[in-house]
Amino acid sequence: MKRGKGMRFVGDSRVTADKQKFIPKDYSEYPGRTEAFWPNFLLKEWLVGAVFLVGFLCLTIAHPAPLEKMADPTDAAYLPLPDWYFLFLYQLLKYQFASGPYVVLGVIVIPGLAFGGLLLAPFLDKGPERRPHRRPITTSLMLLGIISVFWLTYEAAAAVDYEAKAENNKPVLEEEVEIDTEDPGYAAYENSCLQCHGGSLEGGAAAPSLIGIEYTADEIKEIAVDGIGSMPADQFQGTDEELDQLAEFIVSVNEEE
Amino acid sequence: MLQKVYDWIDDRVDITPLWRDIADHEVPEHVNPAHHFSAFVYCFGGLTFFVTVIQILSGMFLTMYYVPDIENAWRSVYYLQTEVAHGQIVRGMHHWGASVVIVMLFLHTLRVFFQGAYKKPRELNWMVGVMIFFIMLALGLTGYLLPWDNKAYFATQVTLEIAEGVPFIGEATKSLLGGDPEIVGAQTLTRFFAIHVFFLPAALFLLMGIHFIMIRKQGISGPL
Repeated sequence: MKRGKGMRFVGDSRVTADKQKFIPKDYSEYPGRTEAFWPNFLLKEWLVGAVFLVGFLCLTIAHPAPLEKMADPTDAAYLPLPDWYFLFLYQLLKYQFASGPYVVLGVIVIPGLAFGGLLLAPFLDKGPERRPHRRPITTSLMLLGIISVFWLTYEAAAAVDYEAKAENNKPVLEEEVEIDTEDPGYAAYENSCLQCHGGSLEGGAAAPSLIGIEYTADEIKEIAVDGIGSMPADQFQGTDEELDQLAEFIVSVNEEE
Repeated sequence: MLQKVYDWIDDRVDITPLWRDIADHEVPEHVNPAHHFSAFVYCFGGLTFFVTVIQILSGMFLTMYYVPDIENAWRSVYYLQTEVAHGQIVRGMHHWGASVVIVMLFLHTLRVFFQGAYKKPRELNWMVGVMIFFIMLALGLTGYLLPWDNKAYFATQVTLEIAEGVPFIGEATKSLLGGDPEIVGAQTLTRFFAIHVFFLPAALFLLMGIHFIMIRKQGISGPL
């Protein structure tokens, strides 16, 4: 290495007096088939990065980022869940030995020991051995930690129906939808549907919102007569003409959106 | 022309050693997947950095539309998602990148751990790395609130309750993070925004700089 040794400078500056186009590479530390980082190896890294980026972009296009409906602090039925990489902590705090009177154990002691151990690993495992099987205590503690985290995450995630959760919390931009209460369909809606689905189709405790649905007029008619899911049959009270108007009205509200 | 501009600057501030110091190093055989395919495990650290760069760039573009305010936060995200050209992809990159970076960081940590690469003389770099891991988790936690949808709101409420459970400093921590001892609301959102966009990235850049300088100083650990 030439750095700093025998360098001459212009005056008292740090400008080098010697013109040096190349600093010769020094590969003495590693025997074997070494490769220059610049530009040979960097090019390969670049290729790996490009392939990775393509895969990553495919993921983002195939699965758009989820967005639930706007935060509603009064929604008492909502099941709070952290992002997946915090599920193991969330699950730990559900157990009796780590909650209630023992919450300090769940919040401080157990995570503190695990993450403190990780942080201080070089000082806990000071021996010269590097191979995993030559330091069995360190290796088994880490494996135990990994298995616990995976298992806790699995336990937390298995209890959640993510699809139903997303379905019940679809994002709806409520203000944009204007309800034409003069529409003949709205009269039919008032008679048969308003009680559960609300005055502006916003839904309620017993029934979902009718805004943002993707049913056709015929499907809506069928649901109004036969029911769907927890909605009982024969909710619609009126003539066939009114049923047509109702279905058209609900479809028109969803088209406006 | 470019060469002349470069020479002119180099003559005055001697920039060649700066980048030559980064460019001129050997890549040993045992970390090169071209020689030993199993050396792909050495890619995880670089990929973590790559995803971090994606996070920084996509995050910069997201702040062009995002409004950290309880009335408009959700609406701005909804607008970005539905109206803005490629907004869905940029938000998708930031959303999925947050998960991928945790996965990559986890794999990188396991590689270093099971190879015993944290042993002398690399103890400090291991600790800096674990701190980067903590910062990343904190970035995920604070970023989760920002869209201000139901899952964001309730997850944050639970998080702050957990923080409150810490003895002695719990309530102070909750007030500091949430902006109020009780309410999860406007103050919480602006605090989390500031933490997510300014405080934590500043700490992250500092730690990453130290991490990389130490790698160059110490070199990569030898083969097992």
